[in-house]
Amino acid sequence: MLRVEHLSKSFGGVRATRDVSIDFPTGSLTAIIGPNGAGKTTFFNLISGHVRPDEGRVLFDGADIVGLSSLEVVRRGMARAFQVASLFPSLTVREALTAAVVSHLRASGRVLSRFPVAAAGRRADEIMDLLGLDPKADVLSANLSHGDQKLLDIGLALAMDPKVLLLDEPTAGMGSEERWRMIGKVHRLWEVTGMTVLFIEHDMDIVFKIAQTIHVLKYGAVLAQGTPDAIRRNQDVIDAYLGTDHRLSETVGEA
Amino acid sequence: MRVSLMRVSPLRAGLARDVAVAVAGLALLLALPMLFPQPALRDFLIYFFAYGLLAMSLNLLVGLTGLVSFGHAAYFATGAYAFGLLMQSGLVSIPVAALAAVGGTALVALVIGAICVRLKEIYFSFITLAFQMFIHSVIVTWVSLTGGDQGLRGGIPRPPILGLDLNDARVLYGTCAVVFVLCILAMRQVAQSPFGYTLRMIRDNPARANFLGVDVTAMKLGIFVFAAAMASVGGLILALFVSGAYPEFAFWTTSGEAIFMIMLGGMKVFLGPLAGTLLLQTLNHYVTIYTEHHGLVLGTVILVIVLGLRRGLADVLYDWLQARRARRAAASDPVPGSFEPAPLADGALIKGRTV
Ligand SMILES: Nc1ncnc2c1ncn2[C@@H]1O[C@H](COP(=O)(O)OP(=O)(O)OP(=O)(O)O)[C@@H](O)[C@H]1O
Ligand SMILES: [Mg+2]
Repeated sequence: MLRVEHLSKSFGGVRATRDVSIDFPTGSLTAIIGPNGAGKTTFFNLISGHVRPDEGRVLFDGADIVGLSSLEVVRRGMARAFQVASLFPSLTVREALTAAVVSHLRASGRVLSRFPVAAAGRRADEIMDLLGLDPKADVLSANLSHGDQKLLDIGLALAMDPKVLLLDEPTAGMGSEERWRMIGKVHRLWEVTGMTVLFIEHDMDIVFKIAQTIHVLKYGAVLAQGTPDAIRRNQDVIDAYLGTDHRLSETVGEA
Repeated sequence: MRVSLMRVSPLRAGLARDVAVAVAGLALLLALPMLFPQPALRDFLIYFFAYGLLAMSLNLLVGLTGLVSFGHAAYFATGAYAFGLLMQSGLVSIPVAALAAVGGTALVALVIGAICVRLKEIYFSFITLAFQMFIHSVIVTWVSLTGGDQGLRGGIPRPPILGLDLNDARVLYGTCAVVFVLCILAMRQVAQSPFGYTLRMIRDNPARANFLGVDVTAMKLGIFVFAAAMASVGGLILALFVSGAYPEFAFWTTSGEAIFMIMLGGMKVFLGPLAGTLLLQTLNHYVTIYTEHHGLVLGTVILVIVLGLRRGLADVLYDWLQARRARRAAASDPVPGSFEPAPLADGALIKGRTV
């Protein structure tokens, strides 16, 4: 479904991504982990068309998508949610989701019908249902709790009916209990929809529990990859940063 | 998919209500001069139609899309001059000249907009201002066509249309009122359409809209052209009424007044800019009669409203109604944890929620 080959990107002197090659099979659930500044978000930026790589290829559904705009990448079926929820503050949850679905249906330019369009409204209801956002349907996005904002951000991505979903730290800034609830939702979403899901996560308990495959990034390069069991035992990873306490410090960085 | 998208129960409900409001509004506008037959009122209202369309259409950019244009009057003037020149040519009837003037303005806006909408924020504002100055100087310098400083003179003929004689002041007023209400209705439909909500997304967070498959540039260009077309109708009404067109129509102060109207009236409520138009015009009218320090008084009033209320008058009313509704809801439903209508932060001045 998605494969990157020899992807590299530097910002001035900072080599944020170095020769990364990873294959994400169709329907897989993959975690990307690594310390702060390891280049995880940059990796998402590169594959979603937001930042153009210096070198390498991104193969999506067999075609190289390097050079396509983020708009074109979304339209091909890759959607993302952000490390810091990126929302529409003045729209309610239902309005935002419906407007996103309208965009997915290529109906954004319609002026002769009224918003909300019936078909889009139904799909928005489904998404709210899936994420448990229905009680908040009429709340302005700006007034949502932090957790609900992260959920809505994922919901907006779901409105694109993506084949590949990129989640940048879905549990960022949450307490332990809320994290597990959130990741439970992500996991169920993956099971129900059969999408290929990539997520960045700092909490190792979560990663080891739900990911099928884990890729560890450090200084922009792949340090290790494999199943949770393999990663847990990998000496490089332990040396590099798992240490004795395998829970990484929680951070909320910039997207 | 298309069929189900077009299925219209909300469309009917929403549109039916808006049409009802429009009909009521039109009835009021037509009744007013009968109740108060002084010609001054009619004249006042025709100015209100013209500048109201300017302010309302500008708010499609400022309030709905978050595009703060400083050069919107350029299209007001383009409409006025195009219409005036076409009528003076004597070749076409009023409706044809009007349609051609609006279409021509839309084309001009398409070209200018294609450049402007790619720029962000303050750069967008400045380049719209620059294009307005360009159009203003074309008008002033192309004396053989436009009459330069003196304006388009010699009058604009008003041949009858379908037996309607627009030289009759009452007929002219009625026609302008109908056109005005139709334009407001069209703008309302656009604001409430899927396109309108897409514009709200762009206003709130263009980067995110882009990541959701919205072609932000194309959408901005679309509303830029539509807003320009609506402004040109305002210019056309004014040209028809004063039987001429003047370079001031395209001067930056005219755009500035339109921005004042929006700030005075508010942009949360769809018709807010009209409240601002009414207020500014009334002030203009009376203040010029009673004092020579007209700019001083106007400036003070605007300062008081902008600094004192920090929102437009219609917004104040809207917020008050919302707060009351929220209090009622809270009283009847004591479950906590629903939400409070959180006071929008300072950005609300520019980015308020347009209803
Ligand atoms: N647009 C940019 N311009 C310049 N430097 C950048 C840019 N984006 C990322 N970087 C740099 O690239 C490096 C990797 O950043 P990135 O955000 O990808 O890390 P991350 O793994 O997501 O970290 P975190 O866990 O804190 O979110 C950092 O040193 C960062 O400063
Ligand atoms: Mg990051």
